[in-house]
Amino acid sequence: MTFLIVAAVVLVIAILYLIFRIGNLVGVVKGKEGDAVSAMNNTNAWLFMLFLVAGLSVFFWYSFTYFADYTLPVASEHGVVTDGLFWTTMWITVGSFTIIFIGLFWFTFKYRYDKNRKASFFADNHYLELTWTIVPAIVLTLLIFKGLTAWTDITGPAKDDAVVIELVAQQFAWTSRYPGVKDGQLGKNNYQMIDASNEFGIDLSDKHSFDDFKSLELHLPKGREVLLKIRAKDVLHSVFLPHFRVKMDAVPGIHTTFKFTPTKSTNDMRAETGNSNFNFEMACTEICGKGHFSMKFPVYVHDSYEDYVAWMTQQETWLKQNPDYLKRVPAELREVAMIKAGLPLESVAAPQVTQTSN
Amino acid sequence: MATIDIDIKSAQQHDSHEHDSHEHEHHEGNFWTNYIFSQDHKVIAKQFLITGMFWALIGGVLSVIFRLQLGFPEANLEWLRPVLGGWITPEGKIDAEFYLALVTMHGTIMVFFVLTAGLSGTFSNFLIPLQIGARDMASGFMNMLSYWFFFLSSVVMLSSLFLSTGPAGGGWTVYPPLSALPQAIQGSGLGMTLWLVSMALFIVSTLLGGINYITTIINMRTQGMSFTKMPLTVWAFFFTAIIGLLSFPVLFGAALLLIFDRSFGTSFFLSDIYIGGEALPNVGGSPILFQHLFWFLGHPEVYIVLLPALGITSEIIATNSRKPIFGYKAMVGSMLFIAILSFVVWAHHMFVTGMNPFLGSIFTLLTLIIAVPSAVKIFNYVTTLWRGNIKFTAAMLFSIGLVSFFLTGGITGIFLGNSAVDIQLHDTYFVVAHFHLVMGSASFFGMMAGVYHWFPKMFGRMMDERLGTIHFWLTFVGVYLVFFPMHYIGIAGFPRRYYSWTSFETFSGFADLNMLVSVAAILTLSAQFLFLFNFIYSIFRGRLAPANPWNSNTLEWTTPRLPQHGNWPGAIPTVYRWPYDYSKPGAKEDFIPQHIPYSETPESNLPHENEQIKLEGVVVKPSSGHH
Repeated sequence: MTFLIVAAVVLVIAILYLIFRIGNLVGVVKGKEGDAVSAMNNTNAWLFMLFLVAGLSVFFWYSFTYFADYTLPVASEHGVVTDGLFWTTMWITVGSFTIIFIGLFWFTFKYRYDKNRKASFFADNHYLELTWTIVPAIVLTLLIFKGLTAWTDITGPAKDDAVVIELVAQQFAWTSRYPGVKDGQLGKNNYQMIDASNEFGIDLSDKHSFDDFKSLELHLPKGREVLLKIRAKDVLHSVFLPHFRVKMDAVPGIHTTFKFTPTKSTNDMRAETGNSNFNFEMACTEICGKGHFSMKFPVYVHDSYEDYVAWMTQQETWLKQNPDYLKRVPAELREVAMIKAGLPLESVAAPQVTQTSN
Repeated sequence: MATIDIDIKSAQQHDSHEHDSHEHEHHEGNFWTNYIFSQDHKVIAKQFLITGMFWALIGGVLSVIFRLQLGFPEANLEWLRPVLGGWITPEGKIDAEFYLALVTMHGTIMVFFVLTAGLSGTFSNFLIPLQIGARDMASGFMNMLSYWFFFLSSVVMLSSLFLSTGPAGGGWTVYPPLSALPQAIQGSGLGMTLWLVSMALFIVSTLLGGINYITTIINMRTQGMSFTKMPLTVWAFFFTAIIGLLSFPVLFGAALLLIFDRSFGTSFFLSDIYIGGEALPNVGGSPILFQHLFWFLGHPEVYIVLLPALGITSEIIATNSRKPIFGYKAMVGSMLFIAILSFVVWAHHMFVTGMNPFLGSIFTLLTLIIAVPSAVKIFNYVTTLWRGNIKFTAAMLFSIGLVSFFLTGGITGIFLGNSAVDIQLHDTYFVVAHFHLVMGSASFFGMMAGVYHWFPKMFGRMMDERLGTIHFWLTFVGVYLVFFPMHYIGIAGFPRRYYSWTSFETFSGFADLNMLVSVAAILTLSAQFLFLFNFIYSIFRGRLAPANPWNSNTLEWTTPRLPQHGNWPGAIPTVYRWPYDYSKPGAKEDFIPQHIPYSETPESNLPHENEQIKLEGVVVKPSSGHH
């Protein structure tokens, strides 16, 4: 079988070669090699026209017909702004692109070789050159201005009442840590303290850590600013929330942040898309190894801040799930820790080995 | 000053003559010095070209392999097992880690080995001495070293493809910590070590070449070849060499520090890492520092790749439109401006890497400014075509293709350079579409245009124009079919360097477009075999070339059909005019080469050119006998 395929390929190549060779020899005999270019000249010119018309038609047809397929609904406040800027840029660039594209191929077609014509000796024109230096410069200045205004807002400091959530990346999974409802602050962490159970490297000498809890799903409140505190344990990763127009790298050794305000809850999106199974998703967009493509993290947006708080209060603290780590809590803080973590006080005397969740 | 110049130049000519005859005596039977360890710039150029073509083929095949995975995720690729062995999983799929290695090697090979060495190496070497009127490079020996360092670098990189742990797999940008930790990915073991060694050798090669190009252009121009009379190709090579000389050492530094981090326990780029069940001792390093260093080369590299292609196209478009290039000074000025700006825009690759957002603002501003000189270049190309008399040689077709890619791919840069818009588009297929068109395809087309145009001078024979035309149309349409759909996929948010998207609901569509892209990629690669056949066939059996087949003005066409060592059998021609006197009103023919004095063309001279005639007499004297 393989032999047959190889033989067939060799045969086809041999035939093509023969055709080429014969064509060449015929050309030599006719002695018209010099005209070969000009004979093909018209063909090429027409092909360029065909390409121009077909290319632009397919481009515009596809862009309008399949608009809904390649655009993602936007679900954050700043996302509306950056999308607006994206489409403004799109109109400006597609406009100039179309004009120049037509010019390029129309001139190519119109001024194809004609032995009775001479090209015009047109070496420079300062007015023209000034025009197409200054006009793009002005348009770009506008885009820069709009872009920088948006960028400054997006990267500015978060509000004091922003909901803080920590996202931790590792090969090849995400975890999130929430400040507990008792103190509303994330406890410190230290990468030296990471082990199989303490995957966040929670520093248990910090009293803010006692009521922190872990979630394997990113929960967000609708209509309230969220500040993501992002870090990575091993290599670079990147938080990408496509519907929220959020992207920020997770960098080992550095805490990065991104603030945004969700404007649509999961239920809103299910109604909007008519897909009752719709879910927001978070992906990794910085190459991080073999499982890079599989780093999916489910995202759920609650209908209101109250719903979100209600969900938070139902969560078990990390310390309650891992009571062994009470040993790491300094003795004088142990009681506070147990109260904040929601542990029954008698377990202090005899911390027993319970199952630790991962 | 002028007389001293002339003295030096005639002395050089004299020397070269002696050298010339010396060479001729030993020409026979000295295969090694003439074809392998040659110091002749033309032979070295061909060595770069053929090595570059070899690499282009490898890089292309690698891309088709990973496009099989992306376009046909369900397909059984068992039939690749004889070639890829263990990298095909028992289920008949490409191993997910090997997929990343393929992507990494495709990028590295195409950017450095094909479009830097293959393009700059070939055409800077071939054209600089021929177009400025020099017998050879300033240092033939360094030039030879430059090729052989490249060759060594190639051998090292190629051998890494055959390692059992695979070649480097952390992306062509080799960001640490991924590239520093063999625990993180297999390719960061020996594969990455070889990558770094290979790149170090490559940088040495680039520097040896670059110093030579710059020196040659500054010191060895023939009589009358002032900077303002230089062809735009030489200007482009000049700027390219300067950019390379200033930016490659920074990559060298980055690579060296990465080697230290990998092998000697330093912490330049590593900090707070817990991997494989243990916390590493490294603290205080910054992965972002590496990104700054990498892109300090990485972005100028874009222009190292692109400027030679733009220079080549300027030359070919003017020649085949039978018109002077529009705005010669603006073309030089925009290249200069691009060259300078290329050093201060690097961090637009890093808007969302955790870099200070204020830096993001500065780099948005600087990045969008670079669109202005780029736009000027496009307008000037289009205006050069306007009211021309266009001959569609294969070289011209590829040049027009280049302008079209430069436009299509360039405008998407206005999105990506704007930090607020880049948040969503960063590391999606929109970026892949952007740089493959504006940098990859445009530069590749520049290289192809250059080969078709200068093949007659390289090998003394013509390539087949019909095959060239077919090659162009298949490749031109193919490239658009490969990269244009990626814009849509990118706007939809599909991240790059993904082995598969099926685990995400958000990225579940576009199986059809991805299949189209893959099919187009296979067709485009296949079309390159037409070129390969044409190239090899024409070297041996092509029609004998006239000395100046395209009726071009530049000096290389004043050499014999196949210029020997020393380039011109007699004295080097003197230059009297700029290289773009095409279709000059009043002239007998539609071109006046650079070495024709104004005194011989009274019918077409402009008023100020008539005044030049008086000066010509003075300058011409030393070598007047040859005209």
